[in-house]
Amino acid sequence: MAASKASAPRSSGGGMFRGFLRSGDPFIWLTGGALAFSLLMIAALIWIVGANALGFFWPDRLRAVDLQGGQKLLGAVRAQEAIPQQTGAAPEQYRTQFQVANRDLYGSDFRWVDDSLMTGHSFPEQAIYLERYEWGPFFGFLTTVRQDGATVAEGFVHAWPEFLALHARTQATLDAIHAIEKKDIGNINYELEQLRMAVKRAQRQETDPTRAAEKIAALERAIAAWQQTYEEKARELSALYEENARYHIVVQDIQGNEKALPVAHVVRGFLPNTMTWLERLGLYMTRFWEFFWEDPREANTEGGVFPAIFGTVMMVIIMSIVVVPFGVVAALYLREYAKQGPLVRAVRIAVNNLAGVPSIVFGVFGLGFFVYAIGGTLDQLFYQDSLPTPTYGTGGILWASLTLALLTVPVVIVATEESLSAIPQEWREGSLALGATKWETLRKIVIPGALPGILTGTILAMARGAGEVAPLMITGVVKLAPTLPVDGHWPFFHLERKFMHLGFHIYDVGFQSPNVEAAKPMVFMTTLLLIVIVIALNLAAIALRNRLRSRLRFGAF
Amino acid sequence: MESQKGATEQSSAELAPTEQAPAGRAVTLPPRPDLSNGHDPTALGAQDTIEVEIRDLCLSYDGATQVLKHINMDIAKGQVTAFIGPSGCGKSTLLRCLNRLNDLVDGCTTSGSIVVGGLQILDQTLDVTALRKRVGMVFQKPNPFPKTIYENVAYGPRVLGIRNKAQLDDIVEKSLRAAALWEEAKERLHDNALGLSGGQHQRLCIARTIAVEPEVVLMDEPCSALDPIATTKIEELIHELKKQYTIVIVTHNMQQAARVSDFTAFMYLGELIEFGQTEKLFTTPEKQATEDYITGRFG
Repeated sequence: MAASKASAPRSSGGGMFRGFLRSGDPFIWLTGGALAFSLLMIAALIWIVGANALGFFWPDRLRAVDLQGGQKLLGAVRAQEAIPQQTGAAPEQYRTQFQVANRDLYGSDFRWVDDSLMTGHSFPEQAIYLERYEWGPFFGFLTTVRQDGATVAEGFVHAWPEFLALHARTQATLDAIHAIEKKDIGNINYELEQLRMAVKRAQRQETDPTRAAEKIAALERAIAAWQQTYEEKARELSALYEENARYHIVVQDIQGNEKALPVAHVVRGFLPNTMTWLERLGLYMTRFWEFFWEDPREANTEGGVFPAIFGTVMMVIIMSIVVVPFGVVAALYLREYAKQGPLVRAVRIAVNNLAGVPSIVFGVFGLGFFVYAIGGTLDQLFYQDSLPTPTYGTGGILWASLTLALLTVPVVIVATEESLSAIPQEWREGSLALGATKWETLRKIVIPGALPGILTGTILAMARGAGEVAPLMITGVVKLAPTLPVDGHWPFFHLERKFMHLGFHIYDVGFQSPNVEAAKPMVFMTTLLLIVIVIALNLAAIALRNRLRSRLRFGAF
Repeated sequence: MESQKGATEQSSAELAPTEQAPAGRAVTLPPRPDLSNGHDPTALGAQDTIEVEIRDLCLSYDGATQVLKHINMDIAKGQVTAFIGPSGCGKSTLLRCLNRLNDLVDGCTTSGSIVVGGLQILDQTLDVTALRKRVGMVFQKPNPFPKTIYENVAYGPRVLGIRNKAQLDDIVEKSLRAAALWEEAKERLHDNALGLSGGQHQRLCIARTIAVEPEVVLMDEPCSALDPIATTKIEELIHELKKQYTIVIVTHNMQQAARVSDFTAFMYLGELIEFGQTEKLFTTPEKQATEDYITGRFG
């Protein structure tokens, strides 16, 4: 009866339109269109980031351009655009952006040139690309190699092989220098610091003045011994530096400006215009590898992001270790034990609202509560010797992780509660009817069944935590951390240390760096890395959930 | 011997005080029903032993509506007792009183007394887990745990504290044999139980229940989710199990009640209308309502 009314007359035009409306088709188009739009936006975001990031490591050819007026430039093409002009003006003009490098000579790395001013171009085979530890890359030509101030090779043909040989040697020396600086001198500094603290402790705690004096004298002797070792190492170090200072090269830019620089300042040099495709690929992979595993250089705009990856991952792990037990236990109480009523409802609403509090508010809370209140107290109680330098009373990876744990605990609670409520009541009753207590039922039936949901919540919380920046800026993230939060000194995990973070790295390199244009690829690359980490975490969550779920819901009835 | 003991218990049951509901209840009780309008709680024959003794049981889920009204009933040991009646008449609620599963419902209040094998089970100080080990339950919807077949059956014994692997193996085999599932399941004991069919699920649940060796097995419409073949199997199983266990079964299917049970209770709107031997209740019911129901005139 009702059906006949629904499929009623569609004779007139208006009736047809109404029928079309009523059929629900426009709604399907609307929802489908909205979905397509969202997907398009996300795809565009990832495409833009990926395209900008992944080209970064590809060694481009260097183009020598002749300009009107006899000027020349050597650089890699980075962009091209139409020159903005009044409409109606005859044919459209273009300009090209070149990366000309040689920051020390030109003051900036990039240069826009109107296409109309270019009279010709070539790809000189002898053009060299030098990646340097300072001043960014150098594009130009190699003229001379000098040793101890005396010329040993002149002209490209002789100088280039000589340079390559010397470069390998200086790199080996640099490795030795790094090993001494990081390991040996780091150790000595650590021991000295411990001894100085011991002296302070002895001064503070020892009541008997003669014994205190004895103790301090012993410690001072130990300090002196370490100082001795330090001086030996320092001598060794300066010898290595002197060795490296013997080798120089003289390079010339395309305008003929000469510049002498130590070979040791070159990260790597290559001839971009004569490289084969395979060689380029090899270099690309090397640079890619460097990006993941090296420390940053040049105010973070070059080198790698390893400390930031390490800091991000470690922070997320500490956060998860804290947030999962707390969130799960809270959800278990709320869902399984608490008497469902107005109070529990209020708590639940509060938890949900907690997820909506701006993250910077959590940051401020973390600073006030964790850093100043708890950290300050810890310093007073256990680290008096190093005061007034704070140990825990300043931002650090532990406080940042705890702040993030607070921020993400609602995610875990909500996900856990939902998965608990999805456990069929029959399972609980079945278990209880067999004489199991409520706790046994929870432990053996309910929690294993809720595990997929709990894990999903955990990984969503991890993804959220990995992408958060604002609260970290005031609870322990720094632009450049001298040491990782994990090293070889007991207790190995130094949770009071400041750390680097990918999200903050993006902000810092992209917006706080003095040379934003040169740092742009780095920003895109770091962004891509962060997105990939977050996507990977989410995919892991989905895969894990599906795996566990198929085990639980096998052969549904 | 057996019959004499039964007889003495019967007489003491008759003397049980059923006059007053416990004081302090907020509920206004409906007028005390005429016992003659109820039934004879001693409907059991002289040869039967009483396993469960229900006296003046009232239950309310919300404190206002009486779901069970002054139920008096004796359930015979080693026999099958069926509860029939239209939906919402309280038969499942009554069943769930017997293992105190109604405790899970917030605000559920009961009065009266239930004695299972000499144990006052409505006593609030009673250890319900101990009770539930003595009174097992099979649910309407088969509810195997998402574990292996073996783990499902071993769940109860493990809860009881049995850790010995050989002993557990033994219990699992015995229970699965008793539930007529051993032949089908012995090759796949360590497969997920959810991979079995619906009828096998229910037999697994029965095996799981009898693995803890209860005295009473409660069955809440155990066949309502099953096809006729699986139903037949379960019914045959009930016949077998009766040798060892006291079975109380709730069913919507009157043919089933007639087929499997020795005693039948007809309930309507929370009251026990008629209770007696199945044959008698189905052939010569005393009450008009019973006759109307079993002949299909309502419900």
